[in-house]
Amino acid sequence: MSVQAEKLADKLADAKLADVGNRAAAPRKGRRLRAFLRNPTFVAGVIILSFFVLLALFADVLFPGDPLDMVGPPVLWPGENAEFPLGTDSLGRDVLAGLVHGARASLLVGLSAAAIGLAIGMVVGAAAGFFGGWIDTLLMRVVELFQTTPTFLLVVVIVAIGEPTMQTIALAIGIASWPTVARLVRAQFRSLREADFVMAARSLGYSNLRIIAQEILPNALPPVIVAASVMIANAILTEAGLSFLNMRDPNLVSWGGMIGAGRDLLRTAWFLTALPGVAIAAAVLSLNLVGDGLNEILNPRSEP
Amino acid sequence: MRMGRRIAATLKRTAIHALPTVLGIIVLDFLLLQLMPGDAADVIASESGVATAETMAALRQRFGLDQPVLTQLVNFLSHLAQFDLGFSPRYNMSVLDMIMTRLPGTVLLMVTALSLALVLGIVVGSVMAAWAGRWPDRALSVVVLLFYSMPGFWVGLMAIVLFSVKLGWLPSDGSMTVGASLTGWAFVADRAKHLILPALALASFFIAVYARLVRASMLEVQRQDFMRTAQAKGLHPFFIQLRHALRNALIPVTTVAGMHLGNLLGGAVVVETLFGWPGMGRLALEAVLARDFSVLLGVLLLSSLLVIIANVLIDLLHAWLDPRIGAA
Amino acid sequence: MSLLAVENLTVAFPGHVAVREVSFAIEPGETLALVGESGCGKSVTAFSMMRLLPPNARVVTGRILLDGADLMAASPAEMREVRGKKISLIQQEPMTSLNPVLSIGTQIGEVIRRHEKVSRRTARARCIELLDLVSIPDAHRRIDDYPHNLSGGMRQRVMIAMAVACGPKLLIADEPTTALDVTTQAQVLDLLDDLRRRLSMAVLLITHDLGVVAQWADRINVMYAGRIVEQAAIRPFFAQPMHPYSRGLLGARVDVDADEHYSASRLSEIPGSVGSAAGEAGCPFAPRCPMVETSCRVVPPSLLAFEAGRRVACPVSLQAVTLEAARHG
Repeated sequence: MSVQAEKLADKLADAKLADVGNRAAAPRKGRRLRAFLRNPTFVAGVIILSFFVLLALFADVLFPGDPLDMVGPPVLWPGENAEFPLGTDSLGRDVLAGLVHGARASLLVGLSAAAIGLAIGMVVGAAAGFFGGWIDTLLMRVVELFQTTPTFLLVVVIVAIGEPTMQTIALAIGIASWPTVARLVRAQFRSLREADFVMAARSLGYSNLRIIAQEILPNALPPVIVAASVMIANAILTEAGLSFLNMRDPNLVSWGGMIGAGRDLLRTAWFLTALPGVAIAAAVLSLNLVGDGLNEILNPRSEP
Repeated sequence: MRMGRRIAATLKRTAIHALPTVLGIIVLDFLLLQLMPGDAADVIASESGVATAETMAALRQRFGLDQPVLTQLVNFLSHLAQFDLGFSPRYNMSVLDMIMTRLPGTVLLMVTALSLALVLGIVVGSVMAAWAGRWPDRALSVVVLLFYSMPGFWVGLMAIVLFSVKLGWLPSDGSMTVGASLTGWAFVADRAKHLILPALALASFFIAVYARLVRASMLEVQRQDFMRTAQAKGLHPFFIQLRHALRNALIPVTTVAGMHLGNLLGGAVVVETLFGWPGMGRLALEAVLARDFSVLLGVLLLSSLLVIIANVLIDLLHAWLDPRIGAA
Repeated sequence: MSLLAVENLTVAFPGHVAVREVSFAIEPGETLALVGESGCGKSVTAFSMMRLLPPNARVVTGRILLDGADLMAASPAEMREVRGKKISLIQQEPMTSLNPVLSIGTQIGEVIRRHEKVSRRTARARCIELLDLVSIPDAHRRIDDYPHNLSGGMRQRVMIAMAVACGPKLLIADEPTTALDVTTQAQVLDLLDDLRRRLSMAVLLITHDLGVVAQWADRINVMYAGRIVEQAAIRPFFAQPMHPYSRGLLGARVDVDADEHYSASRLSEIPGSVGSAAGEAGCPFAPRCPMVETSCRVVPPSLLAFEAGRRVACPVSLQAVTLEAARHG
């Protein structure tokens, strides 16, 4: 190893040590945590979101049995019967049980779709931003292609190709939503690839994969984390639209499906449409609050 | 004159840029549809109830479905070059004709929704920025965040409950009163009434997006030196915001508006279905359910074209707002 | 009566006080220099004279008297009559101080039409005259240019044209040449000086470059950590700077007499930094001062008159100079 390279190796090691030091240092960590807890937007989002996550996790305990089963007289208004606090639908199904079980489908689809979108987007964005040149040009062309195609239409087509199962729906939403992440990650990589620590790693002959995964990616993450919460939120909205159009897993309850079923009784029993919509809005709102909070914490700016 | 030159330069640049995108979309869409299980012959056969192997083969041969994929693509491309999007076996109609009957509806809805979203978004965002941190900002932020979180079609449904069912002010179905042969102002008013709710449902999410964006963008502009220059001239604050701040703040907004066009058009699928609006979005859904590929392919293609054209318009708007663009 | 008098001005931001008990006056037609390191409160002082402070700043005490009327008590509408007409401003960064999306003709015409009832056509003619006045070639063509079509020096000329459009009595130039290259600097300052004479206005020249001060200013105010530490006419100041900080400033320059007027003589060559003064009682310069005594660390010294037109906020050096003079006299 040349002297030059050795110096760079030291620099790199120092940088890493400093980094590790930062992460390990208890006061720093405490301050970071406190910054999260002091942000009211973030805290509000996390509280609402945790509520939905708990509902989803304990749906079977809270409301055992299939929520698609008929359990009472049809079309009971909320409050009419204490056994069904939020009423029943046209087939005598418990609305509250449906909402609780629906949380599971919505969150699961949202999470997995966002994970798929993030994975594709990060790989494409990292490659485009890191290598540049014709790879970048080509990949960005593909991104543009996908962004020009109407998102929801693309999801509909992909779901139509497969069967309307939860997996297909998540995959379809993921495939339609990756371009945003790709653009974001690409921008981060382009600005970071000239950074000192990347140069140092390069001159040490580290492989591209190692530089991408270990040097740049951790530094590029903050905006991606913010984008992730918004992606989950949008995936939930897209899923709701799909199941409203009846493109849904017929064996599962979903909020969008409940809206679709309630639509036939819109004139007489509008609560059947309103309630699942409120659930969607609240879940999406919590994710947007988390996203806004994360944005304020991770990308602090002096805003009046 | 200078403006004209810049706009011409912008047009040329976007046109050159758009060409490969159009080609890519054609190929992508075609390949996507090849992945679909079943074809039009299956659907027709199953609906008519006669599914002998011979009739199926005959159907496939008639529509060219028995050819290799590549041949089908080449066929499609060569037809496309003559503005022929193919023939819908199911509707027994040329695909282009089918789409053309639906295109005006979608364009009308899209333009109305986009204008609504931009105007309301800019007004609300500017108000929020002007009162940043004080109660009008906080109150509007909550409202905007709610709109940002509600599914547009659900907003539409709730609007139907309120404005159609309870108040009876606005119609909830179709794009005009069927059977009423209206003319002149009555006709326009009737169309406008039918347009309000679908446009609102489609725009609701984007109103929130633009309002948030305009707010952030306006606050960013306030920090610029030229804002102090404008104040130092003794100009009225309202005038400064309108002439100096807003125009600069709108530049990033138009960029994002361009990126959202695909989403907007996608949203039309649900909204058109919900309101029985005769547009391409509903046609697309019908085509998916009927497995009528040529129609779906045509709709997908034309939607993308629509997005590209709208993007060109936005680029022009961008060039008009920002004199640095398109200048040599 | 002075054209403009700043009296006991104190401006605070959340967490720190940027300007402390600053008082000075500007006479009609003169060029007064306000000198100090970046962050010493020069710009904040200037902005408060036009009431253009950022929203988080607060004027704690002080009056700004323009022709005897207190601007701090003026209504927003009255203030808008003052801005651009009686007092105008040139900022440091010509790249960002013009609006990038409006043509320069629009931006100059705007201030004319704000303060004078003239037609669009007249305003345009006036714009061209003004562009001629600030020596922009091809004024009638340049008027439709956008800022990005112009070089830094040209943009600063446009800023000057805008600032003098309504014949102000006072022009505040906040580091007008810092962002420009050396030759352009001299041209822009010459232009400013020429216009000052022709339009008989006063100029408040904010700078950190003593070369600029020596050539273009009539009087100097030296600021340090939010306070004025020395006030003097140019000749006596350069002959004998009194405050240890002023001496440090001059000592830090390479050569006063040689043709180095535009050398970027940075003030930071004085040992220590302004930051080290934070949180200490007494004279803010004490931590960096070569003449520091125990008494300096008790209370911040106020400005003491030395001779006519000259005041220094340093009793120690004042005493030393007086003793010296007595010994020689």
